[in-house]
Amino acid sequence: MAFQRDGDLNLEATELRLGPPGTTEEPEKQTHPTTTAKCNKRSLPDMNEESAGSRTNNSNVSNEKKHDRTSPPTKAQVVGWPPIRSYRKNCLQAKKMEAEAAGSGIYVKVSMDGAPYLRKIDLKVYKDYPELLKALEDMFKFKVGEYSEREGYNGSEFAPTYEDKDGDWMLVGDVPWDMFMNSCKRLRIMKGSEARGLSCAV
Amino acid sequence: MSEDDDRSPPSDSVTTTDSCFSKTQTCTSGSTSGSGPSSVPEFQAPYPDQVLENVLENVLCFLTSRRDRNAASLVCRSWYRVEALTRSELFIGNCYALSPRRATSRFTRIRSVTLKGKPRFADFNLMPPTWGAYFAPWVSAMAKAYPWLEKLHLKRMTVTDDDLALLAESFSGFKELVLVCCDGFGTSGLAYVASKCRQLRVLDLIESEVSDDEVDWISCFPESEMCLESLIFDCVDCPINFDALERLVARSPSLRKLRLNRSVSIGQLHRLMVRAPQLTHLGTGSFRPSEDVAHGEQEPDYVSAFAACESLVCLSGFREIVPDYLPAIYPVCANLTSLNLSYANITAEQLRPIIRNCHKLQILWVLDSICDEGLQAVAATCKELHELRVFPIDACEDSEGPVSEVGLQAISEGCRKLQSILYFCQRMTNAAVIAMSKNCPDLVVFRLCIMGRHRPDHVTGEPMDEGFGAIVMNCKNLTRLAVSGLLTDRAFSYIGRYGKTVRTLSVAFAGDSDMGLNYVLEGCPRLQKLEIRDSPFGDAALLSGLHHYYNMRFLWMSSCKLTSGGCQQIARALPRLVVEVINDEADEDMGNFVDKLYMYRSLEGPRDDAPKVVSIL
Repeated sequence: MAFQRDGDLNLEATELRLGPPGTTEEPEKQTHPTTTAKCNKRSLPDMNEESAGSRTNNSNVSNEKKHDRTSPPTKAQVVGWPPIRSYRKNCLQAKKMEAEAAGSGIYVKVSMDGAPYLRKIDLKVYKDYPELLKALEDMFKFKVGEYSEREGYNGSEFAPTYEDKDGDWMLVGDVPWDMFMNSCKRLRIMKGSEARGLSCAV
Repeated sequence: MSEDDDRSPPSDSVTTTDSCFSKTQTCTSGSTSGSGPSSVPEFQAPYPDQVLENVLENVLCFLTSRRDRNAASLVCRSWYRVEALTRSELFIGNCYALSPRRATSRFTRIRSVTLKGKPRFADFNLMPPTWGAYFAPWVSAMAKAYPWLEKLHLKRMTVTDDDLALLAESFSGFKELVLVCCDGFGTSGLAYVASKCRQLRVLDLIESEVSDDEVDWISCFPESEMCLESLIFDCVDCPINFDALERLVARSPSLRKLRLNRSVSIGQLHRLMVRAPQLTHLGTGSFRPSEDVAHGEQEPDYVSAFAACESLVCLSGFREIVPDYLPAIYPVCANLTSLNLSYANITAEQLRPIIRNCHKLQILWVLDSICDEGLQAVAATCKELHELRVFPIDACEDSEGPVSEVGLQAISEGCRKLQSILYFCQRMTNAAVIAMSKNCPDLVVFRLCIMGRHRPDHVTGEPMDEGFGAIVMNCKNLTRLAVSGLLTDRAFSYIGRYGKTVRTLSVAFAGDSDMGLNYVLEGCPRLQKLEIRDSPFGDAALLSGLHHYYNMRFLWMSSCKLTSGGCQQIARALPRLVVEVINDEADEDMGNFVDKLYMYRSLEGPRDDAPKVVSIL
């Protein structure tokens, strides 16, 4: 789904997000999209505003009278500018890349149906599903029930789900942990009938 | 810490030689006048002038400033000769300004040589890597001419392992090797120096590119007690034999300066500090635990180690810092005069407790990760600050920009004794720059880099002319200036009008027309080093500086509006100027314009070691 990546475009208006009322960050209280999950698929607007690269894409605005002819979507780098010695640039860049590669933090947002606040967690901190689920339970004060491959989460009206790289909503636990870590973009703890619907549709 | 030389006098040895050769006066040296009537052999008393020369020799020994020496050498031939005999330190600001042979013929008793090669813009990949500045011809000439050479200080030269081997073989009393921003060598070269230079006191490798030849050079130092005073290798990016290093430190009681590379963990650092509490300058290496330290394992007492270093005044390193360890340096903060955190990605909160104690700090290098808040903390405490450098953690044009005019203003208000500043930012205002010009009148070096090209004052939308104008107007000691942001010719008219003491000027993406460059070339009599890139200055402007180019060390102009015709004219008009034109083959859009011009005075004419991409007109 194509959309303009213009920093100020009102994508937030259509974002699935709950925030405390009266805060400046999220002035509008969003309503839940009512499209239900069909099995593990859910169609939601594609939202990528939280990806780290977004802020660099405002470059087109500021680079007006430039000498270089093409401005590719990524930053148009001019040779030797800014004047930082390559040695220094490499040192810091290496660290940045190491940090990213070593994954010092796979941060994902976690929302729970009915809860006013979004939380953010670092998936790197957890070794496996039980740890993650325990943390979520503590965070949102709920019980997740027993997971089974066949029946999903039994014994609870909550089901932890996540949105993967393809935009599909999956039940947490369905895929191996590593795969989950690499593909999870956000978590949502579903409640009630939707949760049940998801659990059943393995 | 490396820093471009700001102290070059208007005349260096080249000018002296030049003007000397054009003088025809002779002093009466003992003339063998054959007008003696009698041919009775008489006792020949020493000629009065010979006495004078002996006296002179004894007196001139005391002259150390090269400016004074250059002046003395111009008096007459006798003085020229004696000065040449008594000069022991040779400074060559441009290795192509004269040949090794000329230097060694004139000065025969040199003990210390400083040699600089490439222009500064080479650091930013603006020069082809094969451009030149080879140390080889120099070391060969010096090996024969100066067997008692003790010190060598090279900057931006290409030095090979063979050069280092020759150095190690040729100079038995060699004491000091300092390589700043050099390349071309590796750990094999270092191994030669370590093993053969038995009198070595100083081995300083600063921001140089050293290839990893997988040679354990640290183990090559002699096993006996060493007179090593300074060992700086933080830029050597390869693992080292730590045990050998520890033993080396243990047997070097005179060691005062030690800067480790990032392969050294904080645990290893501790071991070294315990062995060398007498250190005055310390580069901490990575400042993080090594990978194989188990959690919960008893960690050494870093705080005590720092507390034991009572003479520590200069701290740097922190190459891969885990900020939790930073508080270990608290005990030394009160004594620190120099602190380099420019590789440490820390926040204002992490900086504050440190900087709060650094009352004596004179030199501070940081990353902009500390934000304006961090700079405010600096301003609140560091009243003695002379030099500040703020580097960007994200060196591109559209990054967040955590520091701004707010930080600059705070520094100007808190650090009134500031003499040198290098400040990278994304946005700035004239008001803050003007404030700095008034609050810090002692500024000698003002380098502001607004990373977004052509960016105006972000509050008023005006060009940054007034800010830089105020700097040249109010800072009467200013010798080095680097400008940025949106600048019109007006800014240059200010520089020309008020920048009478400016020696080094750095310009990028600035100006409207030839007038800009014209103002500077006509207005700044002390200008020696001028580097310009991507500015609309053309042939007419270039020609307006003919009267001045012999007084300059070099002029660099890249991506401007020069044509080869214009450059030819210069070359024809000034025969003692070497005019190099570098055209990137890849860049055909340049059309008629010259890609890069680099010109400098020289006694030798065109060099013979230029690569194909360089044409010398």
